[in-house]
Amino acid sequence: MLKQIEGSRAVAEAVALCRPEVICAYPISPQTHIVEGLGEMVKSGELQGCEFINVESEFAAMSVAIGSSAAGARSYTATASQGLLFMAEAVFNAAGLGLPIVMTVANRAIGAPINIWNDHSDSLSMRDCGWLQLFAETNQEALDLHIQAFRLAEELSLPVMVCMDGFILTHAVERVDMPTQAQVDTYLPPYEPRQVLDPNEPVSIGAMVGPEAFMEVRYLAHAKQLQALERIPQLAAEFGQQFGRDSGGLIRTYRCDDAETVVIAMGSVLGTIKDTVDALRQPENGGLKIGVLGIVSFRPFPHEAIAAALKRCKRFVVLEKSLAVGSGGIVATDVRMAVTGMGLQGHTVIAGLGGRAITVKSLAALFEKACAGQLELTTFLDLDWKAVNKQLEREKAVRRSGPIAENLLRDAGVVAARNY
Amino acid sequence: MDKPFAITLDPGSSLANRTGSWRTFRPVYLDRLPPCNAACPAGENIQGWLYHAESGNYEQAWRALVDNNPLPAIMGRVCYHPCEGACNRQQVDEAVGINSIERFLGDEAIRRGWQFSKPAAPSGKKVLVVGAGPSGLSAAYHLARLGHAVTIREAGPYAGGMMRFGIPKYRLPREVIEAEVQRIVNLGVTLTLNCKVANIEQAMKEEGFDAAFLAVGAHIGKRAYIPAGTAAKMVDAISVLRSMEGEEKPQLGRRVVVYGGGNTAIDVARTVKRMGAEPVIVYRRTRDKAPAHDFEIEEALQEGVMVKWLSTIKHADAGEIMIEKMALDAQGFPQPTGEFETLAADSVVLALGQDVDLGLLDGVPGLEVKDGVVQVGPNMMTGHPGLFAGGDMVPSERTVTVAVGHGKKAARHIDAWLRGETYAPPPKHELAGFEKLNPWYYSEAPHVVRPMLDILRRQSSFEEVVQGLDESNAQFEARRCLSCGNCFECDNCYGVCPDNAVIKLGPGKRFEFNYDYCKGCGVCAAECPCGAIKMVPEEN
Amino acid sequence: MSYQPIKFYQTGTFTVGNRLLAPEERSVQASAKRFNSINSGHRACQGCGEALGARYAIDAAMEATHGQLVCANATGCLEVFSTPYPETSWQVPWIHSLFGNTAAVATGIAAALKVKQKKAPHGQEIRVVAQGGDGGTTDIGFGCLSGMFERNDDVLYICYDNGGYMNTGIQRSSATPPAARTATTPAVGVEPGNVFGQGKFVPAIAMAHEIPYVATATVADLRDLEAKVRRAMEIRGARYLHILVPCPLGWGTASHDTIRMARLAKETGLFPVFSAEHGEQKSALAIRRQLPVEEYLKPQKRYAHLFAPTPRVEVLAQLQALADRNIKRYGLLDGGKQ
Repeated sequence: MLKQIEGSRAVAEAVALCRPEVICAYPISPQTHIVEGLGEMVKSGELQGCEFINVESEFAAMSVAIGSSAAGARSYTATASQGLLFMAEAVFNAAGLGLPIVMTVANRAIGAPINIWNDHSDSLSMRDCGWLQLFAETNQEALDLHIQAFRLAEELSLPVMVCMDGFILTHAVERVDMPTQAQVDTYLPPYEPRQVLDPNEPVSIGAMVGPEAFMEVRYLAHAKQLQALERIPQLAAEFGQQFGRDSGGLIRTYRCDDAETVVIAMGSVLGTIKDTVDALRQPENGGLKIGVLGIVSFRPFPHEAIAAALKRCKRFVVLEKSLAVGSGGIVATDVRMAVTGMGLQGHTVIAGLGGRAITVKSLAALFEKACAGQLELTTFLDLDWKAVNKQLEREKAVRRSGPIAENLLRDAGVVAARNY
Repeated sequence: MDKPFAITLDPGSSLANRTGSWRTFRPVYLDRLPPCNAACPAGENIQGWLYHAESGNYEQAWRALVDNNPLPAIMGRVCYHPCEGACNRQQVDEAVGINSIERFLGDEAIRRGWQFSKPAAPSGKKVLVVGAGPSGLSAAYHLARLGHAVTIREAGPYAGGMMRFGIPKYRLPREVIEAEVQRIVNLGVTLTLNCKVANIEQAMKEEGFDAAFLAVGAHIGKRAYIPAGTAAKMVDAISVLRSMEGEEKPQLGRRVVVYGGGNTAIDVARTVKRMGAEPVIVYRRTRDKAPAHDFEIEEALQEGVMVKWLSTIKHADAGEIMIEKMALDAQGFPQPTGEFETLAADSVVLALGQDVDLGLLDGVPGLEVKDGVVQVGPNMMTGHPGLFAGGDMVPSERTVTVAVGHGKKAARHIDAWLRGETYAPPPKHELAGFEKLNPWYYSEAPHVVRPMLDILRRQSSFEEVVQGLDESNAQFEARRCLSCGNCFECDNCYGVCPDNAVIKLGPGKRFEFNYDYCKGCGVCAAECPCGAIKMVPEEN
Repeated sequence: MSYQPIKFYQTGTFTVGNRLLAPEERSVQASAKRFNSINSGHRACQGCGEALGARYAIDAAMEATHGQLVCANATGCLEVFSTPYPETSWQVPWIHSLFGNTAAVATGIAAALKVKQKKAPHGQEIRVVAQGGDGGTTDIGFGCLSGMFERNDDVLYICYDNGGYMNTGIQRSSATPPAARTATTPAVGVEPGNVFGQGKFVPAIAMAHEIPYVATATVADLRDLEAKVRRAMEIRGARYLHILVPCPLGWGTASHDTIRMARLAKETGLFPVFSAEHGEQKSALAIRRQLPVEEYLKPQKRYAHLFAPTPRVEVLAQLQALADRNIKRYGLLDGGKQ
């Protein structure tokens, strides 16, 4: 059924169609609308057979989900940003215990300075936590990925994060095709836990494992993610057959067949990139041979699929909403590893941190430069160099700590300047 | 269930980890000797029979009791219960009323007509017991149970010896003696009364006895020299008490002075009080120095017996005596003060102890008599082979309980001697002193006081003064037993082991340690209420 | 008191059992068929109070729920000594997630079970117990605990309080008593040991949540402990049981003195044993033979600095005052009957 609704609402409805049994909720922007929607559905009786628990923190949210999942309930929660960090210990734990929890991450920057707008720092900070991470490009895909995520999680007995850009997707009202309950029920069988806390068959879950077996446990976690590399495309294909649209998979390419330059990104920015690419391919704009590769599955990372997709190009530009401070790109690092030995020119573009707008204009200039072979190795898109350099100079003069953000804002005139 | 590797484990699998290897000390169960048992002159296994009484299994309790002592109804009345003096429970609240439970069991046995288990197969040996006092009866009983043919010869008209002639019936009703004697007779013991053995060697030879046990007691009242006028009436205490058993009651007048501070003095005083007289006890030392048991003094005082402490009789005359006040010197000995007093006295009863009539031993070779008593070896045998002796006629404390103990001990040695062997008593367990217990676990439970006859009737009748316990309070009293040194299956060790290393074997079977898992922490031993667990170092 | 004390069977209600008692009058621990929820072969120290307390409590809960029980366990001694790969001592369904989230994990389990129960109302109902040490409960897990309390989730949370982080080498927790020496409150300086005026007594905080049931217990009073678990399992909603479990290692006591130390803690009044329902105290386990606090402190090396080289009389007086305050506050001399 087609609906014109907010992304958060779309996700809430999709999650409800997946018949979750335990939902734990803790408010944090921009995720809040999703759990609000679910809470309302549980309280009104629209969503039956589900416990909705208002927990006291994200750490508790994930912990409650760990408990409920281990006791055999399909469990869901959602978070963002600081919330994801606050639950970090439990995030790792859920993966280590192999509990198929599904969590929406409404991607948002991480403070300090506190910032509520979108980038990918939060979920990428959990890069190695053992969860699968799927990134949605649109609200439709976000909706669809949740349905696939439950199936994937439960088949593999691994937790899955569905990542969607905060505000850009969560708060955007768009048209989506909401599947019927019958469709979802056909695709997603009831949860049959691989291990469960059951008095009739008691087990001890969460043993202390020493050096004699820890490496093996870790390898098995890795191997399971590799299995997911096979399973994700299969499930996406099955989804396509049943629901009549493409959603999910490991990667998606756009106009790559003849592309010399391929722009790689995750999430909603792919829409803007595609628009820019379409424009640049116009003969009046130079008819650049440029294509787009969207990564859906950040974990497991689809090295082979990416290498195959980049086989025919000359260069790639990884545009990412995350920064490995002191190193560079996070996604770019993985992409570079995927194309090792292929002789490609690679570029990293850090863009859109903390909700900085990524405009078609800036992208067009960037891509033109890239296609001309003039792009630097690492670019910080639309960085205010004036402000940055001023602070750097200041720091060079006086070596002491201080609130950089406030200094910058003062320079920008947002905060009234004071003399110290 | 498809369990993830290493993270999820099968239940209870730690049994593979034998933590017993950590141990440097190991707990072991043991039986320690309860202080009551250790103190019992008759060698009763008191804790052992109380155990059955606790469960309300009185017949089994009685049977366990009579394994060592065939006279519980008597003993439950007249024993001075050194067991209670030793009882560890005194340090918690008050001693367990062992004596009262013993009496309850004895009375219960009489009431229900319980009989002794039949003796072992006949040995073909004949044993003569001379004297039907506690020692003789005890020996006869034990010998009979060991399969020997036993004959008791008693010079007097009744069985019981001093129990009959020395203990007033307000303390020991005669039907109790008769019932317990009859039970011994029922075991197959031949009891002949009014039959004095004049010459023991001859008696044995003529009738073919393989051994003999002499237990003639000490019945001759000791005399002391007291200057007395010709009209003064002076008698000895034993004669007075003995005459109480006959037709002719003693004529002592109204004002009776009893001279002495032992139990016999008290018995006489209380007896004459009941006959309407006004007894005054004269004793040269103080109450706390008197050999009589304090509770008996107390009962006598309650009944109106007067006592002149620190007094000696200097002179007796018709109708009055002169006493001299004494004072204790630094060593606690009474010394004359030169201060005199006259007391009205129709008669003076001397309660100064008894001597043994050794007439039947005349001419027996090998016998040694010293200080008026027959000397015996550790096996109770006199210097004459096959001739054993016990009770008041050998050197020892003269109580019924000691006499019963002699009888048992002699019987065991006689039995061994008849088989050409030597009896070796089993080694004694170490004592279960109070410090071995964990008294926390015993709940507060005051001693049950035995009911007493009201005071008016005590002053005028020979009804039994101290009454028995009924079933419910006898059981309550039994359950006050701390079971010192002997497991009573309280489940503490089983419960408190942090390693589940105690195996419960089921009712009556106690417990076992599982040394595969016992780490040797010692909590079980520390928390065992009764001190039945000991920690011992591991060998390796 | 939520059990009928046995008037007198040699030992009253103080021993684990007694051959003379009817089976229903005996403790769960007296039964040859008890669950042994935590089995032999665990790696707890000799004389571990926590291993004992856990078996007492979980066996009682198993009895109360006819074996339909799931346990969540915080990181800590209990978890480490019971489940080192490849062996577990637990015979109940058991999960360990983290140090600080046990109450929340239990909430999740309870929620899952509630849903399952609704979907299959004729199946046997399963109950949830969460357990942790004092560090995992009063410190790092306190947020989740408080959350579980205020939501009144159907969980019995059991804290095994040994007064510190013993697993990591005896550091101070908010349950470490004043004056006690730990690795982070060493017996040096002008105020040796843990300082006065800090720390928290979580049972009182639990009462402030007005949850249906709060109780304290010690491993020295088994019948009381079992009765409290039984009572707790009769009630729905959030319940809290705080059990004092002496730690020979951390307290510096002999391994055989574990139960004795718990007994002394209660008999001196330093550890009040009571129960409360909906924020109101309901009972107190009366002190049987009141003792001065020195009796409890002296055998423990963690208080050795109070006695040597010179006795610290003023500190002992402060500790006695704490005991006296407990005795007054909880009515420990008359069993809570004001």
